[in-house]
Amino acid sequence: MSSLFTLAILQSALELGFIYALVALALFLSYSVLGIADLSTDGCFVLGCAVGAGAALAGHPVLALFAAMAAGVCSGFITAFLQTKLGVESILAGIIVNTGLYTVNLAVMGFSSNLNLFKAPTIFAGAQQLLGGVLGSWYKLALAMLITLAAAGLLRVFLSTRLGLSIRATGDNADMVRASSINPAFTITVGLCVSGSLTALSGAVLAQYQKACDINLGTGMVTIALASLIIGESLLGKQKLGRRLLAAVLGSVIYRFVVAAALRLNLPAECLKLVSALIVAAAIAAPRAKQLAAMRRRRSLAQSGKGGEG
Amino acid sequence: MLRLEHLSMTFAPGTPNQKKALDGVSLHLAPGDFATIVGSNGAGKSTLFGAIAGSFIPDEGRVVLDGRDVTFLPEYKRSRQIGRLFQDPMRGTAPHMTIEENMALAFLRTAKAQNAFFSRITAAERKAFQEQLARLEMGLEDRMAQPVGLLSGGQRQALTLLMATLVTPKLLLLDEHTAALDPATAQKVLELTRRIVAERRITCLMITHNLHSALELGSRTLMMDGGRIVLDLAGEERQGLTVQALLKRFYTGAGRALDNDRILLSGGGPAD
Repeated sequence: MSSLFTLAILQSALELGFIYALVALALFLSYSVLGIADLSTDGCFVLGCAVGAGAALAGHPVLALFAAMAAGVCSGFITAFLQTKLGVESILAGIIVNTGLYTVNLAVMGFSSNLNLFKAPTIFAGAQQLLGGVLGSWYKLALAMLITLAAAGLLRVFLSTRLGLSIRATGDNADMVRASSINPAFTITVGLCVSGSLTALSGAVLAQYQKACDINLGTGMVTIALASLIIGESLLGKQKLGRRLLAAVLGSVIYRFVVAAALRLNLPAECLKLVSALIVAAAIAAPRAKQLAAMRRRRSLAQSGKGGEG
Repeated sequence: MLRLEHLSMTFAPGTPNQKKALDGVSLHLAPGDFATIVGSNGAGKSTLFGAIAGSFIPDEGRVVLDGRDVTFLPEYKRSRQIGRLFQDPMRGTAPHMTIEENMALAFLRTAKAQNAFFSRITAAERKAFQEQLARLEMGLEDRMAQPVGLLSGGQRQALTLLMATLVTPKLLLLDEHTAALDPATAQKVLELTRRIVAERRITCLMITHNLHSALELGSRTLMMDGGRIVLDLAGEERQGLTVQALLKRFYTGAGRALDNDRILLSGGGPAD
């Protein structure tokens, strides 16, 4: 194991794990709570990345995070508007927004497919000045953890407010929400806006972390975040809210360890998307596969029993 | 409190499945009225509730609640003043949320709470919820942190009733809310209904297939057939009426025998 993970690899896996955990939190809200597969996540992530990079280049690395979140809210709002007001199916609404966002993202990046932030101030440079003396090379991890755990904590509080409760009930029993004089269209909209802001925040933090933004950065982000959610849930279970949020973060970190291990074993980086696709497909299919296997076992048992009688 | 004026509703118009579910229904309920509704299969009972609660907008007619025309008001806005229970005990509660969280949602119906989206459940509210739950005498007050999905159908329906009346509604609609429960639990929920409605003087409409409860509960009995109210009994006329006599009255009113398989199966039919 020690040969598999050097300290530097461990460190960067943790850093990336916490940064991408924000997308897992976003999908926790849209997918696990609201039951909506939000396929605009890929585009929304790049949107956050692009807006964050733009603001950082203009000299405002902290403002960049909030600007990216605002952009994410807009993206979430449009996805929600399409499905709640215009009757577009939720999956299709996500795909439409995702397609549109490609052009928007290019426009935000000044119609170039990548931006580099080597000359821009970043929050990580700020953290190095502030914490570098005490924490050495761990300052990046400290900042990523701070942002993600703060977001998780705020999400936890938000989901126990009355509005948060209504959002959770919308995914659980929409009839009941209507009967509590809350408009489900409203709660879905708020939920997707919050989810979009988290996805975009993740993009903005990543842009500053790797000092670059690329138009294709978001490809497969939905699947990766779902894989993280599922890994976390299978480890910590579907129990209380706070625990489930932590599970999403943990899942994301573990996913990055899997990636780091794969890279270390000389698996080409191009194969990782296939790996995450397999993880998600296998994890979602697992309960059904278990059921089928159990049924087959019973059948073969019954048949062999009959054979014994005859 | 509730005034219905010539409500009409046709489903699937212009198709072979066209069905006139409501045919000019008019009804007036005074504050505190508790009316039971019985009728044949497909008489339009649940459709009537749908029109009152705002599940759809009727083709014709008006729904006036406490002097305010709510005909075109969306369902979620009407539900601030209308509590509604369905036959299916699963419909009224969120299974993956705790009892406490479910009650907090029901509490949202208060006008004031609309401005308090970001407020959380306070200790005082938790205590109030607990006291309300204790009145159900089902031991739910000690299980407030458990998900509602773990409760039995009867417990869930009792909880739904409590939630629908947590903030006193102007109108309570009960759509065979005890039909899916076992007889003992059904009796308990019915007793609870009677108590809560009487204590708060809630204006209430209750659909039932049990002709005994139709005559016994409340102060008025309506019979529906073919999308119309064919019989409206109250006061002396209703007092002392037997199930047998009720069925006879229905026959005169509707011009045919009451045909509702659930009434027949429940033993309240012409056979007894």
